[in-house]
Amino acid sequence: MSNAATFDTRTDTAIPVESPLAYSYRHSGAPRGSGYRLKLRERAMLGHLILRGGAIVLDEAVREVLGISLPGKPQALVHDASGERSIQWLSPDEWLVIVPGGEEFPLETKLREYLGDAHYAISDVSGGQTLLEVSGEAALELLMKTVIYDVHPSNFPVGKGVTTVFAKATTILRRPSEERWELVVRRSFADYCYRWLLDAGSEYGVNVEQ
Amino acid sequence: MSQSKQQVFRLATGGRIDRTRTLSFTFNGQPYQGHPGDTLASALLANGVDIVNRSFKYSRPRGIVAAGAEEPNAIVQLGSSEAAQVPNVRATQQALFNDLTARSTNGWPNVQRDLMGLVGKLGGQFMPPGFYYKTFMAPASMWLTYEKYIRKAAGLGRSPMEDDPDSYDHFNQHCDVLVVGAGAAGLSAALAAARSGARVMVADEQEEMGGSLLESRETLNGKPADQWAAQVLEELAGCENVSLLPRTTVNGYHDHNFVTLHERRTEHLGETAPVVNGHRPVRSRMHRVRVGQVILATGAHERPLVYAGNDVPGNLLAGAVSTYIRRYGVVPGRQLVLSTSNDYGYRAALDWKEAGCEVVAIVDAREAPKGDWIDAARAQGIKIITGSAVIEAKGSNRVTGARVAKIDIDAFKVSGPVQELACDTIASSGGYSPVIHLASHTGARPTWRDDIIGFVPGLVKGVQACGGVNGTYALGDVIAEGVEAGIKAVATMGYTAQTVNIPSAERLQQGPAVALFQVPHEKPTLRGPKQFVDLQNDVTAAGIELATREGFESIEHIKRYTAMGFGTDQGKLGNINGMAIAARCLNRSIPEVGTTVFRPNYTPVTFGAIVGRHCRDLFDPERYTALHQWHVERGAEFEDVGQWKRPWYYPQKMSGKTETMHEAVARECLAVREKVGILDASTLGKIDIQGPDAREFLARIYTNKWEKLAVGKCRYGLMCKDDGMVTDDGVTSCLAENHFLMTTTTGGAAAILEWLELWHQTEWPELDVYFSSVTDHWATMTITGPEARKLLAEISDIDLDRDSFKFMDWRSGKVAGVPARVFRISFTGELTFEINVQANYAMHVWQTLFKHGEKYGLTPYGTETMHVLRAEKGFIIVGQETDGSVTPEDLGMQWCVGYDKPFSWIGKRALTRSDTKRENRKQLVGLRPKDPKVILEEGAQIVLDPKHAIPMPMVGHVTSSYYSPILDAGFALAVVKGGHQKLGETVYLPMADGQTHEAEIVSTVFYDPKGERQHV
Amino acid sequence: MFYIYCPYCGEHREEEEFHPKGQAHIERPKNPEECSDEEWGDYLFFRDNPRGVHHEMWVHAVGCRKFFNITRHTVSYEILETYKMGEQPSITAANQTQSREAAAVSHQEGVRA
Repeated sequence: MSNAATFDTRTDTAIPVESPLAYSYRHSGAPRGSGYRLKLRERAMLGHLILRGGAIVLDEAVREVLGISLPGKPQALVHDASGERSIQWLSPDEWLVIVPGGEEFPLETKLREYLGDAHYAISDVSGGQTLLEVSGEAALELLMKTVIYDVHPSNFPVGKGVTTVFAKATTILRRPSEERWELVVRRSFADYCYRWLLDAGSEYGVNVEQ
Repeated sequence: MSQSKQQVFRLATGGRIDRTRTLSFTFNGQPYQGHPGDTLASALLANGVDIVNRSFKYSRPRGIVAAGAEEPNAIVQLGSSEAAQVPNVRATQQALFNDLTARSTNGWPNVQRDLMGLVGKLGGQFMPPGFYYKTFMAPASMWLTYEKYIRKAAGLGRSPMEDDPDSYDHFNQHCDVLVVGAGAAGLSAALAAARSGARVMVADEQEEMGGSLLESRETLNGKPADQWAAQVLEELAGCENVSLLPRTTVNGYHDHNFVTLHERRTEHLGETAPVVNGHRPVRSRMHRVRVGQVILATGAHERPLVYAGNDVPGNLLAGAVSTYIRRYGVVPGRQLVLSTSNDYGYRAALDWKEAGCEVVAIVDAREAPKGDWIDAARAQGIKIITGSAVIEAKGSNRVTGARVAKIDIDAFKVSGPVQELACDTIASSGGYSPVIHLASHTGARPTWRDDIIGFVPGLVKGVQACGGVNGTYALGDVIAEGVEAGIKAVATMGYTAQTVNIPSAERLQQGPAVALFQVPHEKPTLRGPKQFVDLQNDVTAAGIELATREGFESIEHIKRYTAMGFGTDQGKLGNINGMAIAARCLNRSIPEVGTTVFRPNYTPVTFGAIVGRHCRDLFDPERYTALHQWHVERGAEFEDVGQWKRPWYYPQKMSGKTETMHEAVARECLAVREKVGILDASTLGKIDIQGPDAREFLARIYTNKWEKLAVGKCRYGLMCKDDGMVTDDGVTSCLAENHFLMTTTTGGAAAILEWLELWHQTEWPELDVYFSSVTDHWATMTITGPEARKLLAEISDIDLDRDSFKFMDWRSGKVAGVPARVFRISFTGELTFEINVQANYAMHVWQTLFKHGEKYGLTPYGTETMHVLRAEKGFIIVGQETDGSVTPEDLGMQWCVGYDKPFSWIGKRALTRSDTKRENRKQLVGLRPKDPKVILEEGAQIVLDPKHAIPMPMVGHVTSSYYSPILDAGFALAVVKGGHQKLGETVYLPMADGQTHEAEIVSTVFYDPKGERQHV
Repeated sequence: MFYIYCPYCGEHREEEEFHPKGQAHIERPKNPEECSDEEWGDYLFFRDNPRGVHHEMWVHAVGCRKFFNITRHTVSYEILETYKMGEQPSITAANQTQSREAAAVSHQEGVRA
C-alpha cells in the first residue's frame, strides 16, 4: 500500500444524489418525441478513476484486478466483456477507468493492494464528471458541429477515445461501438455542454432519455 | 402587368431556368417576376432594370457588370422585415426565390433620383483621392460631425436591428483533398481524386456546379460540355468519400492548410430558413476544414477594359453577356458593341447574334486578329473594326453609343478619327485575371506571366493549381491539368490514383491577345472623362495617376491612398488594371510594381456564420457548482469569476422591497461575525498530489516550508513565479505521508495544474509525484461564525472538540450521513469548517445544513461578503492585492517565506535581485479614511502632498476597499511605496470630482488583530 | 491555425488543443544563488526572436497535458519537427539548409500520420 489516503465518498442509497445534469433537466428540459434523429442519454453516477503511473507497473495490476489489459497505445479505449467497465489512454502515464457506480472504491483499494509500494496515483473523480451517450443517424454531424477532432470513421474507429475541444469547453470523446459515442464532460461544464448539444441538434430533433 | 411586358429581355428559349414556374420579387419597392434558376441579377436584367445602385463616392448610376462574385455594382440589401435584413449581397450570387425583397445598398433618398449625385457631379472634379483626408480634417473637432454624414452617404449596407430568427453553425471538417471550384478544372481534379478513395470535398460558390461548362459553346466527346459536367457530378455524388458543397465559397486559406468555407444552405429558399419536419435547418454554415492537399480550380475573372464612361449602365463584361444569354436566357440589351483585346471576347458577340439581336460591331485592339471565333463572327456578317477600341461610352442612365477610334497602345494615344456607334450595350474583354486570392492568403507572392498577361499563384506547400487560375484557358488543356492535379494530390496523400479518361475537346485556332488595360482617350487622363478602374470603390485611372504624381510609388500605398481593391471588393475586377496604370505612370513594368496582398475573406461572410452557435447563452461556457439550483432559487445575484457563476450576494425581499447590495452584504457580514454564515466554495481549484516526492515538490513550488506538515494538518501556501512575484495561494492539506490536497484560487485552477506539470515535466522529472485535478469531484461548503461548531455537531459524527480538532486540522467523517472531509481553516477570521463531499451529494448536505441551521441564524453569503470579511482580516486575494509585480515581502508575508529551505524554491533567487530588494517598493498596508463614511475607490491613486503641482508624484493605489459593517466604517487595503515604514502617516487620494480624501496608513488587519476568533 | 503533431499522442491535432509556452531549452540554473543578478535576469527575461528556425515549447493542454518542443520557421510558420521533452532538435538554424529535404519528408509523413 503506497502511503496515500483513500476515501470512500459514497454512502447508502437512501441519501438523494444529483447528477451533474440535474439542474439542466429542470432548467432546459429533456425533449422527447418522435421524428428525432439524435438520442442523448446521461449515464450518471458511474465510477470514474484517474490512474497515473508507468504502463508496465500498472498493466499487471489492472489485468489482475479488472481483467482488462491496460491500453498502451495512444487514444486506445478498451472494455471488459460485459462492456460495463472500460479503460482509456489519456496520456503516456494517465488512464481513465470507468466502472459501474460504487465499484470505484473497492477497485481502487484492490489496485492499491496489488501495486504495493510502486509509484503510481489513483484519484477518484466520480463526482466531477459525467458520461453522455450520443447516438442516432445525425450523431456524426452533431459531433462535427461540436468537437474540433476529426470524427470521420476512417480516423475514429470503434475503440478510440480522445481528449479534445468541445465548443469552448473540453471533453473526452470515445467511440465504444459503431453507433454510439460517449462524451465525458466535467461536472461544472455539463450544463453548458448539454445546452450546446440541444441547440446544435435542434435541426435534427433530439430525444433525451433519462 | 403581363409577364411578357415585364421580362422584356427574356429569350423565349434557352438557358438553365424553369420557365414553367414564375417567381415574384421586389426591387426598390417595384414588383418584378423571374423564374427558378435565375439569380436576382439575371431577373433584374430580364426586366430591363438598368440602374441597380449608386456609386460609393460619386453617386453615379450603376448597372450590372458581371455575372459572379466579381460583380462590383449590384450589391444589395435583402429582407422584407427588419429581422431579415442582410447587407452586401451580390445580386449575381443570390438565387431568386418567391417574394424576395431587395433594395439598392446606396442611393439616398433613392437610386433614380439621388441627392448625393449632385455632390458627385459637383464634387467630381473636386474629389480626388485623399479627398476626405484633405477636406474634412480641419478643424479636427468637426470630424465627428462630418463623419456621420459621410458614412450615411457612403456606407455599404446596414445590419438588422432586430434578432435574427435563423441559426448558424460551424462544421469542423477534415479531408485529404479540397477542390476549390467545380468548373472544368475542378470537376476533373475531383474525379481523379475521388476514384482513389481519398476523402474529397468539392466546394463551388455558385448555385449550380459546372462553372463555365454550363454556358460553354464547346463540346466534349462531341456533346455539349454541360452534359459532361452532369455526368461527372453524378459520379461524384455517388461516391461515399466525396462531399459536394454547392453555394459554398472558400473564403480563407490559413496556416497549415486550414481553410474556411462559407456554405449558404437556405439562402436560395427564402429570407429565413423554411421549417422542415418541425425543425428549422441551419441557414448558413462555416466549414473549418483541415486539408491535406488543396486544389485551386478557382478559374479566372475576365478583366474589363478601362475606357471613359465605362461605368454607365449597359457596360458589361463580355463573358457576363454570354452567361446571361446562355445560362439565364436573358439578353441584357438590343444593340451590342464589343471591345476586346483577345479571341475570347468574340463569344459574347456570337451569343448575342444567335439570340437574335444586333451586333453593331466588334472593336478589336489587335491589327490583324486571326482564329476560329473571328472567322465565325465574320461568317455571321458581324462588322469587325481592328486596331481600335471603344474609347468612350456615351449616355448617363444607360449606354446610348460607343465612341470608337484607332489606338496606339505603346504610345498610349488615340491614333485615328473617332466614330460614334449607336448602341445600348458595350461589352468589353481585356483578357483574364486568374483568381489567385486564396493562394495569396497564405502569404505566397504571385508570379507575373507575360504570356497570359496576368498573375498566377505563388507556390505554397500542400496546394495544386489547375485550369484558369494557372493561366490555362483552352478547355482540353484545362481538363488535362485538372486530372493531373487530382492525381498528384492524392498521390501525395498516399493514395493510388485510378485512370480518368480525358474527354476529347475541340482544338480551336486562337491568336495571341494584346496587353491592353487603360484605353487611351483624346484627352489626357487627368482632364478627360472618368475612366473607372475599381467600380465598387469609385477609383479612376486619373486617381491612380494623381496618386503616383503625389509621390506614391509602392502599390500598397497607392491602394490605400485611392482605396483601390478595398473592402468587400478585394480587387477582383480592377486590381490588374490599376497596377498596369500605376506601372505606366511610374514607367515600370507590372511585375516591378507588383501586386497588393489579397486578404480573407474572398467575399463577405455573414456574421451569423462567423459566430456560429457561440452566441446568446452559449457565447461562453458558464460553470455551475452542484448547488447552483439552490442559489438561483434563493434569488442570488451572480458574479462571474473566470467562467464560474458564483453567488455574489443574496438580496432578501422584505415587505415587498428588495435589499440593495449594500444592505444584503451588511446583513451577511454581521451574520458571519455574530452567528454563522455559509459559502459555496466549490469553485476553488483542487489538485490531488500523490507520490513519495510530493512533499519535496511542494517545498520547491511554494515559498514556505512543508517538511513538517503532519498527516491531518493543513497549511496556507504562497506560490511565486521565478521572478519572485506572487502568482497563487491556497491551503494544502496532508492527507497521508505521500498524499496532499492542494487548493488554488478559483481563477487559477487550470493554470496552476499546468504550472505544476511544467516544473515536473521539464525541470524535475526525477521527482516521483503525480497531479490530478479533483476540482469538480468535490463540493465545498464553508460554514463560518461563532455558531459553526454547534451547527456542524448536530449533523456530523466527527469529534469537533476545539482541542482535538484544532485550527488548521482536517478530519474525515460523516456530515448529514455523507462521507466528508472537513477542514478547519478560515478565510473570515471566524471559527470555520470547510465541508467537502462528493459533488453528487452536495445538495443533500447543503439542505440538511439549512434544516438545522435556521435556529442558529445560518445565512448564505456570497463573494462580496467573503471579500469584505477577508479584507477586514488583511487576507490578500491574488489578482486583487497582487498584479504580477508584488513579492511576498511586498505583502508583508515574510512569515510565509522559507528563506532557509535547502532547495532554491521557485521565486527565491529573485527576492535578492536589486529591484526586489530596493526600499521604496510598493508595499501592502491598510488605509483608514479619516472620515469613516468614506469608501475609497479601488484603483484610486495615493499621493503624499495634495498641494503638489500636477502631475503629482503618485506613491501607490488602493487595491481593495469596502464598508465594514462590524466596524461601521470604510476601510481599504493599498500598496504604498515604502508603506511598511509609514504606519501612522497620512496620505491623500485626489479624486476625479475634485475631492481629496485623507487616510491614515494602518495595519492590514482591521478586526480581531490577535486572531483569536478562528481558534475558538 | 497551426496543425501540430503531438509526439506523445502520435497524431496531428488542432492548435486550439495546445498552449504555447515560449522559447524552448531555457534551463533553470542549477544553483540560482550562485547566479549574478545579470545571469538570473537573462534566465528570467531574455528570449530570442529569430527570423527563421526557432525552437518553442508547447503543451498539449487539451489532450495528453504533456510539454514538448517544436521547431518552427517564424517566416513561413511551417513546423519542421516536434520532439519530446528532453530530446534535442534535429533541425537547427545552423543545419537547416542541409536537412531541409529531410524535414519536408517527415512533415509529409506527419500530415498522413
